[in-house]
Amino acid sequence: MVENLKKIEKIINSELASKVQNSFIINEELSVEIDVNDLIEVVQFLKSNDKCKFRQLIDIAGVDYPEKEERFQLVYLFLSHENNIRVKIIIKFQSTHSINSLTKIFPSANWMEREVFDMYGVKFKNHPDLRRILTDYGFKGHPLRKDFPLTGFNEVRYSEKEKKVVYEPVKLEQNYRNFDFESPWEGTNYLKEIKNLEKDGKKN
Amino acid sequence: MVKKTKSLNLNFGPQHPAAHGVLRLILELDGEVVEKADPHIGLLHRGTEKLIEQKTYTQALPYFDRLDYVAPMNQEHAFALAAEKLLNIEVPIRAKYIRVIFCEIGRILSHILNVTTQALDVGALTPSLWGFEERETLMTFYERASGSRLHANYFRTGGVHQDIPMKLVEDIEKFCRSFPKIIDDLEGLLTDNRIFKQRNVEIGIVSKQEALDHSFSGVMLRGSGIPWDLRRSQPYEIYKDLDFKIPIGKNGDCYDRYLCRIEEMRESVKIILQCIERLPKGPIKSIDGKISPPNREDLKQSMEALIHHFKLFTEGYRVPKGDVYTAVEAPKGEFGVYLISDGSNKPYRCKIRAPGFSHLQAMDYLIRGHMLADVPAVLGSLDIVFGEVDR
Repeated sequence: MVENLKKIEKIINSELASKVQNSFIINEELSVEIDVNDLIEVVQFLKSNDKCKFRQLIDIAGVDYPEKEERFQLVYLFLSHENNIRVKIIIKFQSTHSINSLTKIFPSANWMEREVFDMYGVKFKNHPDLRRILTDYGFKGHPLRKDFPLTGFNEVRYSEKEKKVVYEPVKLEQNYRNFDFESPWEGTNYLKEIKNLEKDGKKN
Repeated sequence: MVKKTKSLNLNFGPQHPAAHGVLRLILELDGEVVEKADPHIGLLHRGTEKLIEQKTYTQALPYFDRLDYVAPMNQEHAFALAAEKLLNIEVPIRAKYIRVIFCEIGRILSHILNVTTQALDVGALTPSLWGFEERETLMTFYERASGSRLHANYFRTGGVHQDIPMKLVEDIEKFCRSFPKIIDDLEGLLTDNRIFKQRNVEIGIVSKQEALDHSFSGVMLRGSGIPWDLRRSQPYEIYKDLDFKIPIGKNGDCYDRYLCRIEEMRESVKIILQCIERLPKGPIKSIDGKISPPNREDLKQSMEALIHHFKLFTEGYRVPKGDVYTAVEAPKGEFGVYLISDGSNKPYRCKIRAPGFSHLQAMDYLIRGHMLADVPAVLGSLDIVFGEVDR
């Protein structure tokens, strides 16, 4: 399994040498970091190359790192049935950047990109129909951003007076309490190892 | 003389018995022919992914029951596998067998529901009455293992919550002996039924290439003749030791997908019987005290167990930094969890890949040019459950 991954990694690295920024195999999974602007070419290559044959787009996952300069990260998961291999393509970009849409190459990217747009507010260029998908009609904000509160901003109820459903700002009887239980409790071995490493690092 | 025709917009759902939940489908009709279908989803959106980010790994697990609520344990499985892969822990062999037994029960649960409601959508009432009786039996198995018929919350990182009693194993075996007869009965009602065939054969045809392009998985892919099943191609747990067949279709229409599901139920029964035969004795969850909670008896005696118990149910366990994608062959297709951990006790990001999402997306392409009456038939064969589509 890992050998096949290494083989594919080598092919991707040699054929797309100028485009791959970084590639690594962790947890028996191959990840490739590329520049935002190379996305279309890389995906086209992955799909059409005889040795890669990543002919299925499994999912697009957005990730938000508010403290980083390149705030958003998109992870494209591809699957090759012929080689029985998965690959993750990772792009990182600033919140103002808009991304090229994959809908021309994979029609199924349509809703996946709509979901990323809905949840993170990432814009896609040349997308045929970039509307919100999961949230309510007329919803404001992007819920999966880390700065979006868990409770949201609006709540709905049926108003007997107006004979319709009305939107109101969220009013909680008790504030949402987020208990922080994290402690310096020694976890499993890996934490000890990390601590030892840090200690060693400080000594040096 | 030229007659001008105007296309008609029809709002199908969100309150429609054949919409299988809360789907709002906006259809553009020319007479009875569908010109365009625009599914509006999200009416059951509960923000599962956002909620999981606020919960510890143990607390996040029950949310997976509420995704595809007709096969809850299969979803839990994907999340448990993801956390285990990041933690790099070993699951005891007995737990693996128990997991497989209940995943296959979940598969039968889901397929019974789908096959019988698809029949209901095209006009046959009896199969659903017969099928639901069996589902009830299966759900009592869920209840006897986990304490709950639907929202099981039974799998844990590192194993399962509790051991199953011998009597339950015997009853599951008894069920497996009698169930093939019920499948025969269902087939007797449907497989050669003239009306059922008229409504399903050559409806909603998916070619191999289109199945790949639209990210289909599971029966939607196999119905089109692509032999791909994660239990076989990327085996997890003990599937590689088990003997089972992967039924594939030929024409990729609604009828082939129905046949695949029927055959898969038979294969699931075989898998369960094999597991019961081989079911070994031993622990049912990881013995690492930092991850699995201690036994009730130990709490009274051992100080360490008490500390572990307290820490696990307040802080939870921490998962090493990293990201991982694990997928299982859920009844509806590839159900995946993309998990990012930042080293704390809560997931940083948990993306859920639901098979129904990409299947429903293809609705427009599947239904274009078909008659209005085919909409429920195609929708039925897609096997949509809104819990997982909307998340």
